[in-house]
Amino acid sequence: MSDREVTTTSSSEDRFVDPGLPPHKSRMGDTDPRAAKRSEMQVVILFVISIVGTIGSLLAYFLVVPDGDVASVRNANLALGVTLFLSLMGIGLAAIHWAKTLMSDHEVAEERHPMASDAETRAAALGKLQDGAKDSNIARRTVLKGSVVTAVGLFPLTIAVPLIGSVGGDWDVSKFKHTLWEKGKRLTTDPAGRPVKASDVTIGSVVQIIPEASEEERSGHSWITEKAKAVVMLVRMDPADLKESEDRKGWSYNGIVAYSKICTHVGCPVALYEQQTHHVLCPCHQSTFDVSDGAKVVFGPAKRPLPQLPIAVDNEGYLVAQDDFNEPVGPSYWERLK
Amino acid sequence: MKALAARRHHRLTPVVLVLLALVAIGGVYAAFATPSATADTATNQDIEEGKKLFIANCATCHGVNAEGTSTVPSLIGVGAAAVDFQVGTGRMPMQMTGPQAEAKPPQMNEEQTAQLAAYVASLGPGPAIPAAEAVDPELGDAANGAALFRTNCAMCHNAVGAGGALSEGKWAPDIRDTTPTHLYEAMQTGPQNMPVFNDDTLTPEEKRDIIAYIDYQKEGSAGGISLGSLGPVSEGVWVWVVGMGLLIGAAVWIGAKSS
Repeated sequence: MSDREVTTTSSSEDRFVDPGLPPHKSRMGDTDPRAAKRSEMQVVILFVISIVGTIGSLLAYFLVVPDGDVASVRNANLALGVTLFLSLMGIGLAAIHWAKTLMSDHEVAEERHPMASDAETRAAALGKLQDGAKDSNIARRTVLKGSVVTAVGLFPLTIAVPLIGSVGGDWDVSKFKHTLWEKGKRLTTDPAGRPVKASDVTIGSVVQIIPEASEEERSGHSWITEKAKAVVMLVRMDPADLKESEDRKGWSYNGIVAYSKICTHVGCPVALYEQQTHHVLCPCHQSTFDVSDGAKVVFGPAKRPLPQLPIAVDNEGYLVAQDDFNEPVGPSYWERLK
Repeated sequence: MKALAARRHHRLTPVVLVLLALVAIGGVYAAFATPSATADTATNQDIEEGKKLFIANCATCHGVNAEGTSTVPSLIGVGAAAVDFQVGTGRMPMQMTGPQAEAKPPQMNEEQTAQLAAYVASLGPGPAIPAAEAVDPELGDAANGAALFRTNCAMCHNAVGAGGALSEGKWAPDIRDTTPTHLYEAMQTGPQNMPVFNDDTLTPEEKRDIIAYIDYQKEGSAGGISLGSLGPVSEGVWVWVVGMGLLIGAAVWIGAKSS
Protein backbone atom coordinates (compact mmCIF):
# COMPACT_ATOMS: atom_id res chain seq x y z
CA MET A 1 0.00 0.00 0.00
CA SER A 2 1.44 3.38 -0.87
CA ASP A 3 0.75 6.82 0.52
CA ARG A 4 -1.90 8.53 -1.54
CA GLU A 5 -3.62 11.85 -1.89
CA VAL A 6 -7.23 12.06 -0.81
CA THR A 7 -9.32 13.59 -3.58
CA THR A 8 -11.65 16.36 -2.52
CA THR A 9 -15.05 17.22 -3.89
CA SER A 10 -15.26 20.10 -6.31
CA SER A 11 -17.38 22.34 -4.06
CA SER A 12 -14.83 22.57 -1.27
CA GLU A 13 -11.90 22.90 -3.66
CA ASP A 14 -12.30 26.65 -3.82
CA ARG A 15 -12.15 27.13 -0.09
CA PHE A 16 -9.09 25.15 0.96
CA VAL A 17 -6.44 22.94 -0.42
CA ASP A 18 -6.30 19.39 0.86
CA PRO A 19 -2.98 19.12 2.71
CA GLY A 20 -2.92 15.34 2.22
CA LEU A 21 -1.41 12.92 4.69
CA PRO A 22 1.90 13.78 6.38
CA PRO A 23 4.88 11.80 5.14
CA HIS A 24 5.08 8.34 6.65
CA LYS A 25 7.69 7.96 9.38
CA SER A 26 9.08 4.54 9.99
CA ARG A 27 9.31 3.19 13.51
CA MET A 28 12.54 1.87 14.96
CA GLY A 29 11.16 -1.63 14.72
CA ASP A 30 10.54 -1.24 10.97
CA THR A 31 14.18 -0.54 10.22
CA ASP A 32 16.02 -2.29 13.03
CA PRO A 33 15.23 -5.99 13.47
CA ARG A 34 16.70 -5.89 16.98
CA ALA A 35 14.21 -3.21 18.02
CA ALA A 36 11.40 -5.30 16.57
CA LYS A 37 12.67 -8.31 18.51
CA ARG A 38 12.76 -6.18 21.66
CA SER A 39 9.15 -5.06 21.13
CA GLU A 40 8.13 -8.66 20.59
CA MET A 41 9.75 -9.63 23.88
CA GLN A 42 7.91 -6.81 25.65
CA VAL A 43 4.59 -8.05 24.30
CA VAL A 44 5.44 -11.59 25.35
CA ILE A 45 6.34 -10.36 28.87
CA LEU A 46 3.00 -8.55 29.13
CA PHE A 47 1.13 -11.72 28.12
CA VAL A 48 3.17 -13.70 30.66
CA ILE A 49 2.20 -11.16 33.33
CA SER A 50 -1.42 -11.84 32.45
CA ILE A 51 -0.88 -15.59 32.68
CA VAL A 52 0.77 -15.18 36.07
CA GLY A 53 -2.12 -12.96 37.17
CA THR A 54 -4.71 -15.55 36.14
CA ILE A 55 -2.89 -18.35 37.94
CA GLY A 56 -2.44 -16.01 40.92
CA SER A 57 -6.14 -15.19 41.05
CA LEU A 58 -7.01 -18.89 41.11
CA LEU A 59 -4.46 -19.42 43.87
CA ALA A 60 -5.84 -16.39 45.75
CA TYR A 61 -9.37 -17.77 45.49
CA PHE A 62 -8.35 -21.09 47.00
CA LEU A 63 -5.64 -19.95 49.43
CA VAL A 64 -6.67 -16.52 50.77
CA VAL A 65 -10.05 -17.43 52.23
CA PRO A 66 -11.87 -14.77 54.31
CA ASP A 67 -12.74 -16.23 57.71
CA GLY A 68 -15.08 -13.45 58.83
CA ASP A 69 -12.88 -10.80 60.41
CA VAL A 70 -12.23 -7.49 58.71
CA ALA A 71 -8.52 -8.00 58.03
CA SER A 72 -9.02 -11.36 56.31
CA VAL A 73 -11.84 -10.00 54.11
CA ARG A 74 -9.59 -7.10 53.17
CA ASN A 75 -6.67 -9.42 52.35
CA ALA A 76 -8.89 -11.68 50.26
CA ASN A 77 -10.27 -8.69 48.32
CA LEU A 78 -6.78 -7.31 47.84
CA ALA A 79 -5.33 -10.62 46.59
CA LEU A 80 -8.23 -11.21 44.17
CA GLY A 81 -8.22 -7.60 43.00
CA VAL A 82 -4.49 -7.36 42.31
CA THR A 83 -4.29 -10.68 40.48
CA LEU A 84 -7.41 -9.97 38.42
CA PHE A 85 -5.94 -6.57 37.56
CA LEU A 86 -2.70 -8.17 36.35
CA SER A 87 -4.61 -10.80 34.41
CA LEU A 88 -6.77 -8.38 32.40
CA MET A 89 -4.33 -5.46 32.26
CA GLY A 90 -1.59 -7.77 30.88
CA ILE A 91 -3.78 -8.78 27.93
CA GLY A 92 -4.92 -5.22 27.31
CA LEU A 93 -1.45 -3.64 27.42
CA ALA A 94 0.05 -6.45 25.36
CA ALA A 95 -2.60 -6.08 22.64
CA ILE A 96 -2.09 -2.34 22.39
CA HIS A 97 1.70 -2.57 22.47
CA TRP A 98 1.60 -5.30 19.82
CA ALA A 99 -0.63 -3.21 17.57
CA LYS A 100 1.47 -0.09 18.01
CA THR A 101 4.95 -1.52 17.61
CA LEU A 102 4.68 -4.65 15.47
CA MET A 103 1.55 -4.53 13.32
CA SER A 104 1.56 -2.53 10.08
CA ASP A 105 1.38 1.20 10.72
CA HIS A 106 0.84 2.46 7.17
CA GLU A 107 -1.78 5.17 6.83
CA VAL A 108 -4.87 4.05 4.99
CA ALA A 109 -7.54 6.30 3.47
CA GLU A 110 -11.00 4.86 3.03
CA GLU A 111 -13.19 6.47 0.38
CA ARG A 112 -16.63 7.42 1.60
CA HIS A 113 -19.56 7.05 -0.72
CA PRO A 114 -22.88 8.91 -0.48
CA MET A 115 -25.27 7.08 1.84
CA ALA A 116 -28.45 7.77 -0.12
CA SER A 117 -29.58 5.47 -2.94
CA ASP A 118 -29.96 6.99 -6.39
CA ALA A 119 -33.23 8.60 -7.46
CA GLU A 120 -34.36 5.66 -9.57
CA THR A 121 -34.04 3.11 -6.73
CA ARG A 122 -35.86 5.44 -4.35
CA ALA A 123 -38.75 5.98 -6.74
CA ALA A 124 -39.06 2.22 -7.26
CA ALA A 125 -39.14 1.56 -3.50
CA LEU A 126 -41.79 4.21 -2.95
CA GLY A 127 -43.86 2.76 -5.74
CA LYS A 128 -43.69 -0.70 -4.18
CA LEU A 129 -44.92 0.67 -0.82
CA GLN A 130 -47.82 2.46 -2.50
CA ASP A 131 -48.72 -0.69 -4.41
CA GLY A 132 -48.75 -2.62 -1.13
CA ALA A 133 -51.03 -0.09 0.59
CA LYS A 134 -53.39 -0.12 -2.38
CA ASP A 135 -53.36 -3.93 -2.43
CA SER A 136 -54.33 -4.13 1.28
CA ASN A 137 -57.35 -1.84 0.69
CA ILE A 138 -56.65 -0.07 3.94
CA ALA A 139 -57.84 3.29 2.71
CA ARG A 140 -61.22 1.85 1.76
CA ARG A 141 -61.81 -0.60 4.62
CA THR A 142 -62.07 1.89 7.52
CA VAL A 143 -63.17 -0.66 10.13
CA LEU A 144 -60.09 -2.72 9.40
CA LYS A 145 -57.97 0.39 9.67
CA GLY A 146 -59.55 1.30 13.01
CA SER A 147 -59.11 -2.18 14.44
CA VAL A 148 -55.45 -2.47 13.48
CA VAL A 149 -54.66 0.95 14.93
CA THR A 150 -56.53 0.11 18.15
CA ALA A 151 -54.89 -3.31 18.54
CA VAL A 152 -51.38 -1.98 18.01
CA GLY A 153 -52.09 1.10 20.12
CA LEU A 154 -53.45 -0.89 23.07
CA PHE A 155 -50.66 -3.45 23.18
CA PRO A 156 -48.14 -1.24 25.13
CA LEU A 157 -50.60 -1.21 28.06
CA THR A 158 -49.60 -4.82 28.85
CA ILE A 159 -46.15 -3.50 29.70
CA ALA A 160 -46.97 -0.01 30.95
CA VAL A 161 -49.70 -0.86 33.48
CA PRO A 162 -47.76 -3.50 35.48
CA LEU A 163 -44.65 -1.36 35.28
CA ILE A 164 -46.30 1.77 36.66
CA GLY A 165 -48.25 -0.32 39.17
CA SER A 166 -45.15 -1.91 40.67
CA VAL A 167 -43.14 1.30 40.62
CA GLY A 168 -45.78 3.30 42.49
CA GLY A 169 -46.93 0.65 44.92
CA ASP A 170 -49.13 2.82 47.06
CA TRP A 171 -50.80 5.94 45.71
CA ASP A 172 -52.65 6.89 48.87
CA VAL A 173 -51.25 10.38 49.57
CA SER A 174 -53.46 10.85 52.62
CA LYS A 175 -51.11 8.53 54.54
CA PHE A 176 -48.59 11.37 54.63
CA LYS A 177 -50.91 13.30 56.90
CA HIS A 178 -50.88 10.79 59.74
CA THR A 179 -48.14 9.17 61.75
CA LEU A 180 -48.18 6.53 64.48
CA TRP A 181 -48.44 9.25 67.14
CA GLU A 182 -51.75 9.47 68.95
CA LYS A 183 -53.05 10.66 72.30
CA GLY A 184 -51.34 8.87 75.17
CA LYS A 185 -48.73 7.01 73.10
CA ARG A 186 -45.45 6.82 74.99
CA LEU A 187 -42.20 8.22 73.68
CA THR A 188 -39.56 5.45 73.56
CA THR A 189 -35.86 5.41 72.74
CA ASP A 190 -34.65 4.51 69.27
CA PRO A 191 -33.69 1.69 68.68
CA ALA A 192 -34.18 -0.03 72.09
CA GLY A 193 -37.86 0.99 72.50
CA ARG A 194 -37.48 1.92 76.19
CA PRO A 195 -40.10 4.41 77.48
CA VAL A 196 -38.60 7.72 78.61
CA LYS A 197 -39.43 9.34 81.94
CA ALA A 198 -39.52 13.13 82.00
CA SER A 199 -37.20 13.06 85.01
CA ASP A 200 -34.59 11.06 83.04
CA VAL A 201 -34.13 13.82 80.49
CA THR A 202 -31.63 16.20 82.06
CA ILE A 203 -30.96 19.71 80.74
CA GLY A 204 -28.80 19.56 77.64
CA SER A 205 -29.93 16.02 76.86
CA VAL A 206 -31.13 14.86 73.50
CA VAL A 207 -33.01 11.58 72.99
CA GLN A 208 -33.84 10.05 69.61
CA ILE A 209 -37.45 8.91 69.89
CA ILE A 210 -39.76 6.40 68.22
CA PRO A 211 -43.41 5.77 69.16
CA GLU A 212 -44.03 2.91 71.57
CA ALA A 213 -44.57 -0.31 69.66
CA SER A 214 -44.31 -4.00 70.51
CA GLU A 215 -41.35 -6.05 69.38
CA GLU A 216 -43.74 -7.75 66.94
CA GLU A 217 -44.90 -4.48 65.41
CA ARG A 218 -41.33 -3.28 65.11
CA SER A 219 -40.29 -6.36 63.15
CA GLY A 220 -43.33 -6.07 60.86
CA HIS A 221 -43.29 -5.09 57.22
CA SER A 222 -44.81 -1.62 57.52
CA TRP A 223 -42.76 -0.53 60.56
CA ILE A 224 -39.90 0.94 58.57
CA THR A 225 -42.16 3.30 56.60
CA GLU A 226 -44.17 4.23 59.69
CA LYS A 227 -41.00 4.84 61.67
CA ALA A 228 -39.63 7.00 58.87
CA LYS A 229 -42.58 9.36 59.32
CA ALA A 230 -42.78 9.24 63.12
CA VAL A 231 -39.16 9.77 64.26
CA VAL A 232 -38.83 12.57 66.79
CA MET A 233 -36.00 14.34 68.54
CA LEU A 234 -36.50 15.12 72.21
CA VAL A 235 -34.49 17.96 73.71
CA ARG A 236 -34.43 19.47 77.16
CA MET A 237 -33.17 22.97 77.79
CA ASP A 238 -33.40 25.51 80.56
CA PRO A 239 -37.06 26.66 80.42
CA ALA A 240 -35.71 30.24 80.54
CA ASP A 241 -34.14 29.68 77.10
CA LEU A 242 -37.36 28.41 75.57
CA LYS A 243 -39.49 30.82 73.54
CA GLU A 244 -42.99 29.52 72.92
CA SER A 245 -45.89 30.97 70.99
CA GLU A 246 -49.16 31.42 72.88
CA ASP A 247 -50.97 28.55 71.15
CA ARG A 248 -48.13 26.13 71.89
CA LYS A 249 -47.60 26.93 75.58
CA GLY A 250 -48.97 23.55 76.60
CA TRP A 251 -46.98 21.51 74.09
CA SER A 252 -43.76 21.24 76.09
CA TYR A 253 -42.99 19.91 79.57
CA ASN A 254 -40.50 21.65 81.89
CA GLY A 255 -38.26 22.70 79.01
CA ILE A 256 -38.64 19.38 77.18
CA VAL A 257 -39.69 19.82 73.55
CA ALA A 258 -40.20 17.23 70.83
CA TYR A 259 -39.86 17.94 67.12
CA SER A 260 -40.19 15.82 64.00
CA LYS A 261 -36.78 14.76 62.72
CA ILE A 262 -37.80 14.90 59.06
CA CYS A 263 -36.50 18.03 57.30
CA THR A 264 -39.21 20.17 55.72
CA HIS A 265 -36.94 20.75 52.72
CA VAL A 266 -36.49 17.31 51.15
CA GLY A 267 -36.94 14.99 54.11
CA CYS A 268 -33.44 14.19 55.37
CA PRO A 269 -33.19 13.30 59.08
CA VAL A 270 -32.36 16.53 60.92
CA ALA A 271 -30.50 15.58 64.06
CA LEU A 272 -27.22 17.49 64.41
CA TYR A 273 -28.17 19.23 67.64
CA GLU A 274 -25.90 21.87 69.15
CA GLN A 275 -26.52 21.98 72.86
CA GLN A 276 -25.31 25.54 73.46
CA THR A 277 -26.99 27.28 70.52
CA HIS A 278 -30.10 25.02 70.50
CA HIS A 279 -29.68 24.84 66.73
CA VAL A 280 -30.38 21.65 64.88
CA LEU A 281 -28.72 21.22 61.55
CA CYS A 282 -29.72 19.18 58.50
CA PRO A 283 -26.74 17.29 57.08
CA CYS A 284 -28.01 17.35 53.49
CA HIS A 285 -28.38 21.05 52.68
CA GLN A 286 -27.45 22.78 55.94
CA SER A 287 -30.94 23.98 56.83
CA THR A 288 -30.73 25.11 60.44
CA PHE A 289 -33.66 25.18 62.85
CA ASP A 290 -33.80 26.92 66.23
CA VAL A 291 -35.28 24.39 68.64
CA SER A 292 -35.59 27.01 71.38
CA ASP A 293 -37.88 29.08 69.16
CA GLY A 294 -40.48 26.79 67.60
CA ALA A 295 -37.83 25.14 65.35
CA LYS A 296 -38.03 28.13 63.01
CA VAL A 297 -35.66 28.14 60.05
CA VAL A 298 -32.58 30.27 60.77
CA PHE A 299 -30.52 29.21 57.77
CA GLY A 300 -30.73 27.14 54.61
CA PRO A 301 -33.23 26.14 51.96
CA ALA A 302 -36.02 24.80 54.22
CA LYS A 303 -39.12 26.99 54.13
CA ARG A 304 -41.15 25.77 57.11
CA PRO A 305 -40.33 25.02 60.77
CA LEU A 306 -40.12 21.38 61.85
CA PRO A 307 -43.54 20.10 63.03
CA GLN A 308 -43.77 19.96 66.83
CA LEU A 309 -45.10 16.94 68.68
CA PRO A 310 -47.23 18.08 71.65
CA ILE A 311 -46.12 16.12 74.72
CA ALA A 312 -47.35 15.55 78.26
CA VAL A 313 -46.54 13.23 81.16
CA ASP A 314 -48.71 10.27 82.16
CA ASN A 315 -49.42 9.34 85.77
CA GLU A 316 -46.34 7.08 85.91
CA GLY A 317 -44.05 9.93 84.90
CA TYR A 318 -43.44 8.75 81.34
CA LEU A 319 -43.54 11.16 78.43
CA VAL A 320 -46.54 10.67 76.13
CA ALA A 321 -47.83 12.36 72.99
CA GLN A 322 -50.88 14.59 73.37
CA ASP A 323 -51.87 13.98 69.78
CA ASP A 324 -50.49 13.38 66.31
CA PHE A 325 -48.55 16.19 64.63
CA ASN A 326 -50.90 19.02 63.66
CA GLU A 327 -49.50 19.11 60.12
CA PRO A 328 -47.96 16.56 57.73
CA VAL A 329 -44.28 15.93 58.49
CA GLY A 330 -41.52 16.26 55.93
CA PRO A 331 -41.24 18.09 52.63
CA SER A 332 -44.07 19.82 50.79
CA TYR A 333 -46.27 18.01 48.27
CA TRP A 334 -49.21 19.10 46.12
CA GLU A 335 -52.02 17.89 48.33
CA ARG A 336 -50.35 18.93 51.60
CA LEU A 337 -52.75 21.69 52.59
CA LYS A 338 -55.91 20.18 51.09
CA MET B 1 -22.40 -33.10 112.05
CA LYS B 2 -23.50 -33.38 115.62
CA ALA B 3 -21.12 -30.59 116.68
CA LEU B 4 -22.45 -28.26 113.93
CA ALA B 5 -26.03 -29.04 114.87
CA ALA B 6 -25.27 -28.27 118.48
CA ARG B 7 -23.83 -24.85 117.55
CA ARG B 8 -27.07 -23.89 115.81
CA HIS B 9 -28.58 -23.72 119.23
CA HIS B 10 -25.88 -21.45 120.60
CA ARG B 11 -27.37 -18.20 121.95
CA LEU B 12 -25.03 -16.08 119.75
CA THR B 13 -26.17 -17.79 116.54
CA PRO B 14 -28.79 -15.14 115.56
CA VAL B 15 -26.23 -12.36 116.09
CA VAL B 16 -23.64 -14.09 113.89
CA LEU B 17 -26.24 -14.75 111.19
CA VAL B 18 -27.45 -11.15 111.18
CA LEU B 19 -23.84 -9.92 110.95
CA LEU B 20 -23.14 -12.30 108.05
CA ALA B 21 -26.30 -11.13 106.26
CA LEU B 22 -25.33 -7.48 106.70
CA VAL B 23 -21.85 -8.10 105.31
CA ALA B 24 -23.36 -9.96 102.35
CA ILE B 25 -25.88 -7.19 101.58
CA GLY B 26 -23.21 -4.51 101.94
CA GLY B 27 -20.85 -6.45 99.69
CA VAL B 28 -23.49 -6.98 97.01
CA TYR B 29 -24.48 -3.32 97.18
CA ALA B 30 -20.87 -2.18 96.90
CA ALA B 31 -20.39 -4.48 93.93
CA PHE B 32 -23.47 -3.24 92.01
CA ALA B 33 -23.85 0.41 92.98
CA THR B 34 -22.03 2.81 90.70
CA PRO B 35 -20.16 5.45 92.64
CA SER B 36 -21.90 8.82 92.41
CA ALA B 37 -18.80 10.91 92.94
CA THR B 38 -15.10 10.28 93.23
CA ALA B 39 -15.03 12.69 96.14
CA ASP B 40 -15.72 9.63 98.29
CA THR B 41 -12.42 8.07 97.38
CA ALA B 42 -10.38 11.22 96.94
CA THR B 43 -8.46 12.33 99.97
CA ASN B 44 -8.81 15.77 101.47
CA GLN B 45 -5.25 16.44 100.39
CA ASP B 46 -6.21 15.80 96.74
CA ILE B 47 -9.04 18.29 97.09
CA GLU B 48 -6.72 20.87 98.63
CA GLU B 49 -4.12 20.41 95.88
CA GLY B 50 -6.91 20.49 93.30
CA LYS B 51 -8.17 23.77 94.68
CA LYS B 52 -4.70 25.32 94.36
CA LEU B 53 -4.46 24.13 90.75
CA PHE B 54 -7.95 25.44 90.09
CA ILE B 55 -7.16 28.90 91.44
CA ALA B 56 -3.97 29.03 89.37
CA ASN B 57 -5.31 27.67 86.07
CA CYS B 58 -9.10 27.83 85.88
CA ALA B 59 -10.40 30.56 88.17
CA THR B 60 -9.61 33.37 85.72
CA CYS B 61 -12.58 32.33 83.59
CA HIS B 62 -14.66 30.01 85.77
CA GLY B 63 -14.44 32.21 88.89
CA VAL B 64 -12.72 31.61 92.23
CA ASN B 65 -15.61 29.51 93.44
CA ALA B 66 -16.22 27.86 90.04
CA GLU B 67 -19.47 29.79 89.81
CA GLY B 68 -19.00 30.75 86.13
CA THR B 69 -20.31 33.84 84.33
CA SER B 70 -22.89 34.54 81.67
CA THR B 71 -20.52 33.21 78.98
CA VAL B 72 -18.48 30.70 81.02
CA PRO B 73 -20.23 27.67 82.50
CA SER B 74 -20.38 27.09 86.24
CA LEU B 75 -18.49 23.96 87.28
CA ILE B 76 -20.56 23.24 90.35
CA GLY B 77 -22.14 19.84 89.85
CA VAL B 78 -20.41 18.96 86.57
CA GLY B 79 -18.64 16.12 88.36
CA ALA B 80 -15.23 14.49 88.07
CA ALA B 81 -16.10 12.98 84.67
CA ALA B 82 -16.37 16.40 83.01
CA VAL B 83 -13.01 17.51 84.47
CA ASP B 84 -11.28 14.28 83.49
CA PHE B 85 -12.57 14.68 79.92
CA GLN B 86 -11.91 18.41 79.46
CA VAL B 87 -8.49 18.48 81.14
CA GLY B 88 -7.46 14.96 80.15
CA THR B 89 -7.96 15.67 76.43
CA GLY B 90 -6.23 19.07 76.73
CA ARG B 91 -9.38 21.05 75.86
CA MET B 92 -9.12 22.84 79.19
CA PRO B 93 -7.42 25.06 80.19
CA MET B 94 -8.29 26.81 76.92
CA GLN B 95 -5.42 28.42 75.05
CA MET B 96 -7.50 30.88 73.06
CA THR B 97 -11.11 31.60 72.35
CA GLY B 98 -12.63 30.31 69.13
CA PRO B 99 -15.67 28.50 67.80
CA GLN B 100 -14.87 25.68 70.21
CA ALA B 101 -12.12 24.48 72.55
CA GLU B 102 -9.69 22.29 70.65
CA ALA B 103 -8.15 19.06 71.88
CA LYS B 104 -4.41 19.48 72.38
CA PRO B 105 -1.62 17.79 74.37
CA PRO B 106 -2.84 17.93 77.98
CA GLN B 107 -1.35 20.66 80.13
CA MET B 108 -1.91 18.78 83.40
CA ASN B 109 -0.39 15.40 84.19
CA GLU B 110 -2.57 12.54 85.39
CA GLU B 111 -2.08 13.31 89.05
CA GLN B 112 -2.97 16.99 88.63
CA THR B 113 -6.03 16.04 86.53
CA ALA B 114 -7.18 13.70 89.30
CA GLN B 115 -6.66 16.42 91.92
CA LEU B 116 -8.63 18.96 89.89
CA ALA B 117 -11.37 16.37 89.35
CA ALA B 118 -11.47 15.68 93.08
CA TYR B 119 -11.81 19.38 93.84
CA VAL B 120 -14.60 20.01 91.30
CA ALA B 121 -16.42 16.85 92.39
CA SER B 122 -16.31 18.16 95.98
CA LEU B 123 -18.25 21.27 94.93
CA GLY B 124 -21.42 19.36 94.14
CA PRO B 125 -22.56 15.87 93.15
CA GLY B 126 -22.00 15.00 89.50
CA PRO B 127 -21.05 12.10 87.25
CA ALA B 128 -17.92 10.24 88.37
CA ILE B 129 -15.08 8.92 86.25
CA PRO B 130 -16.30 5.51 85.00
CA ALA B 131 -14.71 2.32 86.29
CA ALA B 132 -12.40 0.41 83.94
CA GLU B 133 -14.99 -2.33 83.57
CA ALA B 134 -17.67 0.13 82.42
CA VAL B 135 -15.59 1.20 79.42
CA ASP B 136 -13.99 -2.12 78.45
CA PRO B 137 -14.67 -2.59 74.70
CA GLU B 138 -14.20 -6.35 75.10
CA LEU B 139 -17.36 -6.53 77.24
CA GLY B 140 -19.53 -4.47 74.83
CA ASP B 141 -21.67 -5.66 71.93
CA ALA B 142 -20.35 -3.90 68.81
CA ALA B 143 -23.44 -4.78 66.73
CA ASN B 144 -25.84 -3.13 69.17
CA GLY B 145 -23.30 -0.31 69.50
CA ALA B 146 -23.47 0.22 65.74
CA ALA B 147 -27.28 0.57 65.84
CA LEU B 148 -27.05 3.03 68.74
CA PHE B 149 -24.21 4.93 67.08
CA ARG B 150 -26.17 5.33 63.84
CA THR B 151 -29.15 6.73 65.73
CA ASN B 152 -27.43 8.92 68.30
CA CYS B 153 -23.93 9.81 67.13
CA ALA B 154 -23.39 9.27 63.40
CA MET B 155 -25.23 12.44 62.30
CA CYS B 156 -22.42 14.58 63.70
CA HIS B 157 -19.47 12.22 64.18
CA ASN B 158 -19.84 10.33 60.83
CA ALA B 159 -20.79 6.67 60.44
CA VAL B 160 -17.41 5.41 61.66
CA GLY B 161 -16.57 8.30 63.99
CA ALA B 162 -14.38 10.27 61.57
CA GLY B 163 -16.03 13.54 62.65
CA GLY B 164 -17.75 16.24 60.64
CA ALA B 165 -18.64 19.91 60.31
CA LEU B 166 -21.23 21.79 62.36
CA SER B 167 -22.42 25.37 61.97
CA GLU B 168 -20.30 28.55 62.19
CA GLY B 169 -16.85 27.00 62.44
CA LYS B 170 -17.76 24.37 65.01
CA TRP B 171 -17.13 20.73 64.31
CA ALA B 172 -17.68 17.27 65.73
CA PRO B 173 -14.20 15.81 66.29
CA ASP B 174 -12.77 12.54 65.01
CA ILE B 175 -13.35 10.12 67.89
CA ARG B 176 -11.63 7.01 66.57
CA ASP B 177 -8.52 7.55 68.69
CA THR B 178 -10.30 8.84 71.79
CA THR B 179 -9.75 6.62 74.83
CA PRO B 180 -12.77 4.57 76.02
CA THR B 181 -12.88 6.49 79.31
CA HIS B 182 -13.00 9.83 77.52
CA LEU B 183 -15.69 8.52 75.15
CA TYR B 184 -17.82 7.49 78.10
CA GLU B 185 -17.30 10.82 79.87
CA ALA B 186 -18.14 12.79 76.73
CA MET B 187 -21.44 10.93 76.33
CA GLN B 188 -22.27 11.37 79.99
CA THR B 189 -21.38 15.04 80.34
CA GLY B 190 -21.99 16.50 76.86
CA PRO B 191 -18.93 18.74 76.45
CA GLN B 192 -19.44 22.07 74.64
CA ASN B 193 -22.08 21.72 71.92
CA MET B 194 -22.43 17.97 72.27
CA PRO B 195 -25.75 17.02 73.90
CA VAL B 196 -25.85 15.00 77.11
CA PHE B 197 -26.56 11.26 76.95
CA ASN B 198 -27.06 10.48 80.63
CA ASP B 199 -27.24 6.99 82.11
CA ASP B 200 -31.04 6.97 81.96
CA THR B 201 -31.47 7.88 78.31
CA LEU B 202 -28.41 5.87 77.21
CA THR B 203 -27.70 3.14 79.76
CA PRO B 204 -24.11 2.33 80.87
CA GLU B 205 -24.35 -0.96 78.94
CA GLU B 206 -25.40 0.92 75.79
CA LYS B 207 -22.49 3.33 76.25
CA ARG B 208 -20.14 0.36 76.50
CA ASP B 209 -21.65 -1.10 73.30
CA ILE B 210 -20.93 2.19 71.53
CA ILE B 211 -17.34 2.12 72.83
CA ALA B 212 -17.04 -1.44 71.49
CA TYR B 213 -18.25 -0.23 68.08
CA ILE B 214 -15.68 2.60 68.00
CA ASP B 215 -13.00 0.13 69.05
CA TYR B 216 -14.09 -2.19 66.23
CA GLN B 217 -13.28 0.57 63.73
CA LYS B 218 -9.60 0.10 64.58
CA GLU B 219 -9.69 -3.07 62.49
CA GLY B 220 -10.09 -0.84 59.45
CA SER B 221 -12.31 -1.23 56.43
CA ALA B 222 -12.88 -4.49 54.58
CA GLY B 223 -12.78 -2.47 51.38
CA GLY B 224 -9.13 -1.43 51.74
CA ILE B 225 -8.02 2.20 51.85
CA SER B 226 -10.80 4.19 53.51
CA LEU B 227 -9.71 7.67 52.27
CA GLY B 228 -10.44 9.05 55.73
CA SER B 229 -13.95 7.50 55.74
CA LEU B 230 -15.27 10.94 54.82
CA GLY B 231 -17.83 9.60 52.38
CA PRO B 232 -18.72 10.67 48.85
CA VAL B 233 -16.63 13.85 48.72
CA SER B 234 -13.17 12.37 49.24
CA GLU B 235 -14.11 9.24 47.32
CA GLY B 236 -15.53 11.34 44.48
CA VAL B 237 -12.39 13.48 44.29
CA TRP B 238 -10.29 10.33 44.16
CA VAL B 239 -12.36 8.83 41.35
CA TRP B 240 -12.53 12.06 39.33
CA VAL B 241 -8.90 13.11 39.72
CA VAL B 242 -6.98 9.84 39.92
CA GLY B 243 -9.36 7.43 38.21
CA MET B 244 -10.35 9.70 35.33
CA GLY B 245 -6.75 10.92 35.06
CA LEU B 246 -5.53 7.38 34.52
CA LEU B 247 -8.26 6.74 31.92
CA ILE B 248 -7.37 9.90 30.00
CA GLY B 249 -3.68 8.99 30.19
CA ALA B 250 -4.45 5.52 28.81
CA ALA B 251 -6.54 7.02 26.00
CA VAL B 252 -3.72 9.39 25.03
CA TRP B 253 -1.20 6.55 25.06
CA ILE B 254 -3.42 4.31 22.90
CA GLY B 255 -3.93 7.12 20.38
CA ALA B 256 -0.27 8.22 20.23
CA LYS B 257 1.99 7.06 17.44
CA SER B 258 4.70 4.66 18.37
CA SER B 259 8.29 5.61 17.55
